[in-house]
Amino acid sequence: MSEARTVLIDPLVDNNPVTLQMLGICSALAVTTSLLPALLMCIALTSVAALAGAAISALRHRIPNNIRIIVHMTIIASLVILVDQLLKAYAFETSKQLSVFVGLIITNCIVLGRAEAFAMKNGVVMSFIDGLGNGLGYSLILIAVATLRELFGAGTLLGYPIFELTSNGGWYVANGLMLLPPSAFFIIGLMIWGIRTWRTRQVEKPEYQIHEVHRTEVY
Amino acid sequence: MSDKKAFNRDSISNTLIVAIGLSLVCSIIVSSAAIVLKPVQIRNEELYRQKIILDVAGLMQPGADVDMLFESIETRTVDLESGTYADEADMEATVAIPDELDIAGIAQRAAFADVYLVRDNGRVDQVILPVYGKGLWSTMLGYLAVAPDGNTIKGLRFYAHGETPGLGDQMDKESWRAQMDGKMIYGDDGEPVIRVIKGLVPAGVSDAEHMLDGMAGATLTGNGITALLQYWTGAHGFGPYLTNFREGNRDE
Repeated sequence: MSEARTVLIDPLVDNNPVTLQMLGICSALAVTTSLLPALLMCIALTSVAALAGAAISALRHRIPNNIRIIVHMTIIASLVILVDQLLKAYAFETSKQLSVFVGLIITNCIVLGRAEAFAMKNGVVMSFIDGLGNGLGYSLILIAVATLRELFGAGTLLGYPIFELTSNGGWYVANGLMLLPPSAFFIIGLMIWGIRTWRTRQVEKPEYQIHEVHRTEVY
Repeated sequence: MSDKKAFNRDSISNTLIVAIGLSLVCSIIVSSAAIVLKPVQIRNEELYRQKIILDVAGLMQPGADVDMLFESIETRTVDLESGTYADEADMEATVAIPDELDIAGIAQRAAFADVYLVRDNGRVDQVILPVYGKGLWSTMLGYLAVAPDGNTIKGLRFYAHGETPGLGDQMDKESWRAQMDGKMIYGDDGEPVIRVIKGLVPAGVSDAEHMLDGMAGATLTGNGITALLQYWTGAHGFGPYLTNFREGNRDE
């Protein structure tokens, strides 16, 4: 059981897909302007990652090596279409805000990365938990970023006013930059800094050090 | 484990079995989901369309019951050619648009169209016309609200389009839509001259009432909006109807 726990908990901070592995940044920028679409995106990605892990793991002894990636993509794409159809049926307006980004889960590196790295080598239950863990790790970052952006960019959370805006006679001047994509970069960058200060194990060694070179060493 | 070893998953037969089997299973899952969920999705689309109509009319309040609000709006069918209301209409009938008139890039249009009359204390306060045309990538479908003078725009909003997220879809933003109220469709000669320009409408220009702010990075989407507005308010679109509407024949 403790192994399952590790597989689930590890991707939350210690091996976070966004802040350590730098995967899934694209959607993290695009859907985090407000909290509700970010939450939906998290649910969508987490369920796809978990189910794709389980499905690929169940087939792992049969999947031929040479069409392995295509098989992964087919399974992931089917799950994503399923999720997209469900969102269109039960969360129509938010799904409009998410526009192409639900479809883009197909190409999200986290899902394919876990399928290739974990699900092909581990059992069904473990792969499901691994997908769940990585989805939750992604969700954690997305929710944190979206909370900050919506709160400081629009003064609201899930559409409910938290800070009274000056345009409505309150005290808070909305920071428009927070609603633009670069602010997500800043926030994620600061988070990575924070996490690596806290968990110094994550700090990468420099790939090379500048030193005096002789001509023969250049190549 | 020995039989596992004997099984060669890279053999051509296994590759074919996995490929075909997986395609079949996945396609069945995907298509049955699409079929089962279709009615709910269509209902959602319809609700959303009604919501947009209410929103263009300025009647939408957050949390309000769309169905109930929508009942206060009167739906009438217009014969586009004559510009009068039709009691019996063949909604399937289409009319080809001559090439030189087809600025909106839609090739054909329906012969009849539903318009929505919004009343305030019994008097027609505005009419909402369906408009659509080609943008950069997609056909943009929306509603245009016009005041009783048949010339002043009250609002424009799209309910379906596939324009570039972040650039072309600025037309959905409150900030862009807010400028529509009070703009004029027709110039002095009676031709529609409302247009989306490049950049912001300069202050103090005499023609400002016919200009809409451009959207940075979405010039072609803007051109599409210009074209669809001019087509649908022109002689081949709702022009004849708006003339009647202006002259006070709003109810019959």
